[in-house]
Amino acid sequence: MNIVEKILARGSGREKVSPDDVIFADIDKVMVHDVSGPGVIKVFDKLRKQGINVDKLWDSSKVWVAEDHFVPSAEKISAENIVKLQNFTKNYGIEKHFKYGMGQYGICHTLSHEEALVLPGEVYVGGDSHTNTTGALGAFACGLGHTDIAYVLLNGKIWFKVPETLYFKLNGKLPDHVMAKDLILKIIGDIGTDGGAYRTMQFGGSGIDEMSVESRLTLCNMTTEAGAKNGIVEPDQKVVDYLTSRGASNITLVKGDSDAEYAKVYEYESSEMEPTVAKPFSPDNTVVVREAPNVDLDKSYIGSCTGAKYEDLEAAAKILKGRKVKIRTEVLPAAISIYKRAMENGLLKIFLDAGATVGPPTCGACCGAHMGVLAKDEICISTTNRNFPGRMGHVESQTYLSSPLVAAASAVTGKITDPRDLN
Amino acid sequence: MKGNVIKYQRDNIDTDVIIPGEYLKIHDYAELATHAMEGLDPDFHSKVKEGDFILSGKNFGCGSSREHAPIALSHSGIKAVLALSFARIFYRNAVDGAFLLPIEIDENAYQNISEGDEIDIDVSLNEIKNITKNQTYKMKPFSEIIGKIIKAGGLFKYKPD
Repeated sequence: MNIVEKILARGSGREKVSPDDVIFADIDKVMVHDVSGPGVIKVFDKLRKQGINVDKLWDSSKVWVAEDHFVPSAEKISAENIVKLQNFTKNYGIEKHFKYGMGQYGICHTLSHEEALVLPGEVYVGGDSHTNTTGALGAFACGLGHTDIAYVLLNGKIWFKVPETLYFKLNGKLPDHVMAKDLILKIIGDIGTDGGAYRTMQFGGSGIDEMSVESRLTLCNMTTEAGAKNGIVEPDQKVVDYLTSRGASNITLVKGDSDAEYAKVYEYESSEMEPTVAKPFSPDNTVVVREAPNVDLDKSYIGSCTGAKYEDLEAAAKILKGRKVKIRTEVLPAAISIYKRAMENGLLKIFLDAGATVGPPTCGACCGAHMGVLAKDEICISTTNRNFPGRMGHVESQTYLSSPLVAAASAVTGKITDPRDLN
Repeated sequence: MKGNVIKYQRDNIDTDVIIPGEYLKIHDYAELATHAMEGLDPDFHSKVKEGDFILSGKNFGCGSSREHAPIALSHSGIKAVLALSFARIFYRNAVDGAFLLPIEIDENAYQNISEGDEIDIDVSLNEIKNITKNQTYKMKPFSEIIGKIIKAGGLFKYKPD
């Protein structure tokens, strides 16, 4: 069995599972945020009216809650959703609630790794499509909707069809100017937005051995944009060190068998990778930066679970140090812990000296919600994950998806810029 | 199940156009319905009728896990979406929440069914009859688990064997 089959076999109490088996898996961790939380509360209300008992969760110690999409509240409805979420966690005895303005908080997927909330080998579901991110720690991490999450909260399990696995073998180390974001954009460009549909996308090879945990998180994060059920990397010592330094213990490493089966194997030479962007209006509409259209940008956005981890900010700061931005540039670290490290290590000063604005952790403009959404015809380069019509604001705005290096280089020139071409 | 078709001849209709991100804070189903398909078709709300179907291409519902998407369509009156394929979270949200039927069709049905056609979907025969054009097409049968959850009326009413 491969790693996903092993995790799902353990989760469903079976000795063996194979692709297409339908199983009910026990859930080890579950996450909701300020969009899916109120959605779940609404499902609970419906169930209550149908006479279903929703007074008690199956295990509130396995649940954690993030405030990320609509914080800070821009208007009343968002503010009321946060109050609803607060009452929900209080009523059900959920202790792990990361609140805006009360110490550590941030984007749910970022907290999953920054706070070591999910461990290798676990079955983890979240009420958000980018739950796939956390598979980089060696867990089965999969996004679900409100009804499914409500079912998990009450029953501690959910059905899955065991996915086939696409194996992406990455050879060698990425060049200095190329990031994991460039690589995953290249892969999505090759296989399309449904190229991973209903399947697992697993990453391995010497390219993964060389890669930091945070870069692996970027890869797994955007498996969602290829339609994948989950993304995963077999855990190694780097993952153990990463999680241990964040307070985790009792880590067991689950790996696939040597004769594990994969539906298809793709191979990529890291040394051949180039800075890449996805043009509007799809993450698979990719082109290398040096061949990107010569458009005048209005904004550079460095934020989100995809592109505002510490490593991402470090990359952007490397470019912006001693330079000035030519277009509006917004940097929103993905969690307070990252914000603090960026402050202590001088990154925030670099951003501010360059003329950028530094904002609080939020999903904000990434999902077109608030805090920096785009006007009609505005063009943005962004370290986020989606660029469908209207994703970051007006339906006739445009978003180019890029790495933090490219977003920073483009902030300096006002054009889509390969970091190698900066003076 | 009879109804008329609203056709979008394109692939990858994503959840950002089915219900734009700014409305994710809304959890009133009737209000969500007034914004359904707003990112693609601002006239949708005025033209959709109770019992209508949406017909579209590949990878319908790709993007976010927002259950707002099938909710907004279902509370607009849409009973089924017919598409060449579906993104996984939209598909399971539609079924597990019992909002609407996601029906996988083939290229023949996709090309031959037109906007406004009256069709009759018979899931017991895996057949779609085009009453307007007097044609019949095959639909892809539901997998066993999906069929059982649909029959039960959603995941909460489904009793695993």
